[in-house]
Amino acid sequence: MTQQVDGWVKSERQVERERQRGRRAFRSGSVASASTLVCLVALAALVTNAPGWARVRETFFNVEAFTEALPDVLSGFWTNIQIFLIAEPLILIVGLLIALVRELKAPVFFPLRALAVAYVDVFRGVPTLLVILLVGFGLPALELQGVPKDEVTLGVVALTLSYSAYVAEVFRAGIATVHPSQRAAARSLGLGHGQTMRYVVLPQAVRRVIPPLLNDFVSLQKDTALVSTIGVVEALRQAQIYASGTFNYTPYLVAALLFILLTIPMARLTDHLAARSQRRRGA
Amino acid sequence: MLTIENVWKHYHGHSVLRGVDLTVRPHEVVCLIGASGSGKSTLLRCVNLLETVDDGAIYLDGEEITAVRTDPDDVRKRLGMVFQAYNLFPHMTVLENICLAPRKVHGTGRAEAERQARDLLARFGLADKATAYPDRLSGGQQQRVAIIRALATGPRLLLLDEVTSALDPALVTEVLGVIRELKEGGMTMILATHEMGFAKEIADTVCFLDGGVLLERGSPEQIFTAPREPRTQEFLRSVLESRRL
Ligand SMILES: Nc1ncnc2c1ncn2[C@@H]1O[C@H](COP(=O)(O)OP(=O)(O)OP(=O)(O)O)[C@@H](O)[C@H]1O
Ligand SMILES: [Mg+2]
Repeated sequence: MTQQVDGWVKSERQVERERQRGRRAFRSGSVASASTLVCLVALAALVTNAPGWARVRETFFNVEAFTEALPDVLSGFWTNIQIFLIAEPLILIVGLLIALVRELKAPVFFPLRALAVAYVDVFRGVPTLLVILLVGFGLPALELQGVPKDEVTLGVVALTLSYSAYVAEVFRAGIATVHPSQRAAARSLGLGHGQTMRYVVLPQAVRRVIPPLLNDFVSLQKDTALVSTIGVVEALRQAQIYASGTFNYTPYLVAALLFILLTIPMARLTDHLAARSQRRRGA
Repeated sequence: MLTIENVWKHYHGHSVLRGVDLTVRPHEVVCLIGASGSGKSTLLRCVNLLETVDDGAIYLDGEEITAVRTDPDDVRKRLGMVFQAYNLFPHMTVLENICLAPRKVHGTGRAEAERQARDLLARFGLADKATAYPDRLSGGQQQRVAIIRALATGPRLLLLDEVTSALDPALVTEVLGVIRELKEGGMTMILATHEMGFAKEIADTVCFLDGGVLLERGSPEQIFTAPREPRTQEFLRSVLESRRL
């Protein structure tokens, strides 16, 4: 705030104003902390005074079980991360391709366009879990040459199929927000449809859809747990194995914490980007 | 150089252009005047093939560009167009805006395209804005960049659609200065404009459009001092009156 400006000496009034602002900021901060603390204490009191709390603490919050299960669940979680890291770029590519195909207006492309529409309709309509089961058990059952049998690969394929339908729609919405006058300007310069898309429309569209895309990826991170249904031993499955052996459910808590730890940075990044684009628009 | 022959354009059964004929000779500056909604922008968009004509034909250098087999991109390479709302690409710097078409459409090398762009920027007093993004420029600066962007591909004919109507009077002057300089350089131009004083000064031919009909055309002296058509007289009178208010 203390900028060096030529010929400007901060006036009494401004000094007083800034002091008041500082006091007010301090007061808001204290109020926020105090009310948060009160809420947390009340919530803790409510839970710990519940009649079944002793049992719940034993089965869900067992420190011993926690430390014992952690290494296995963590190694399973590494599989979740791998699935996520491979599926994410694939989803981006497939989603973008589908969105671009739907933008092709020439009649030659009609079959392609129809196919893209059908793809989105189908994979947005079918629950992700169902897609995973169909791909995970159905594809290998065909016994076709070259079809992968490995569950992790099948899981990645299924998640890609399901999520790229959503992501395609996100991209398409972004493309639609670029004003037609931008295309007119590009075309008037002699750029063709493809060049207009590539250099003018897409760069603007992609910037606008980054926050919703990140949001979809937070959801994808969680949905990697669904591949446990086709036999992939990831975090959730590890926790399950452990829990069924000991009748203690603390490993689920371990898995939950790991998922939260993974999604929090992504969620904050989404907030940050959304706030930034809001500021830009306001400016 | 450009011949417009009996061009019609309808939107939803309503005619916006009703049999327009117009010829533009090399180095000629044609100003289109007329009330809002008279079809000036539509005519320019038809020449640039951003709209398809519903009847008639347009010829550029003797070639019919409204023929079904013409490639619109090929025609647009030879034309430049500047829009009322500038339409600069917000995600690119001034330099990138200007170099895009020369590099991607005309295959000019990067260094060469940038050198030419910087020359043009310097010529129009924008040398220090090369690396700025459009939202950091004033309206007048943005419009000058838009004109330079259209010029950078070396067009045969420049179409300017009310390039000053979104600007403050003080900024209008700098944009008009650019157009004046282009005329001195021999550029062929069609301008749609509401600036009667400027049309009077710069035009070789003034055309008055009324409800999609090219009602009257003539030298600026004739149109502005002795208009033949009653509708033209009425339009010019109303413009004069609104200036006085
Ligand atoms: N895409 C469109 N769809 C429907 N009607 C349109 C379209 N574009 C233009 N029109 C109509 O065509 C008529 C002429 O529009 P045009 O933009 O050519 O006028 P103009 O002379 O440029 O007006 P102004 O001086 O306000 O720019 C108007 O009545 C307008 O409503
Ligand atoms: Mg117009």
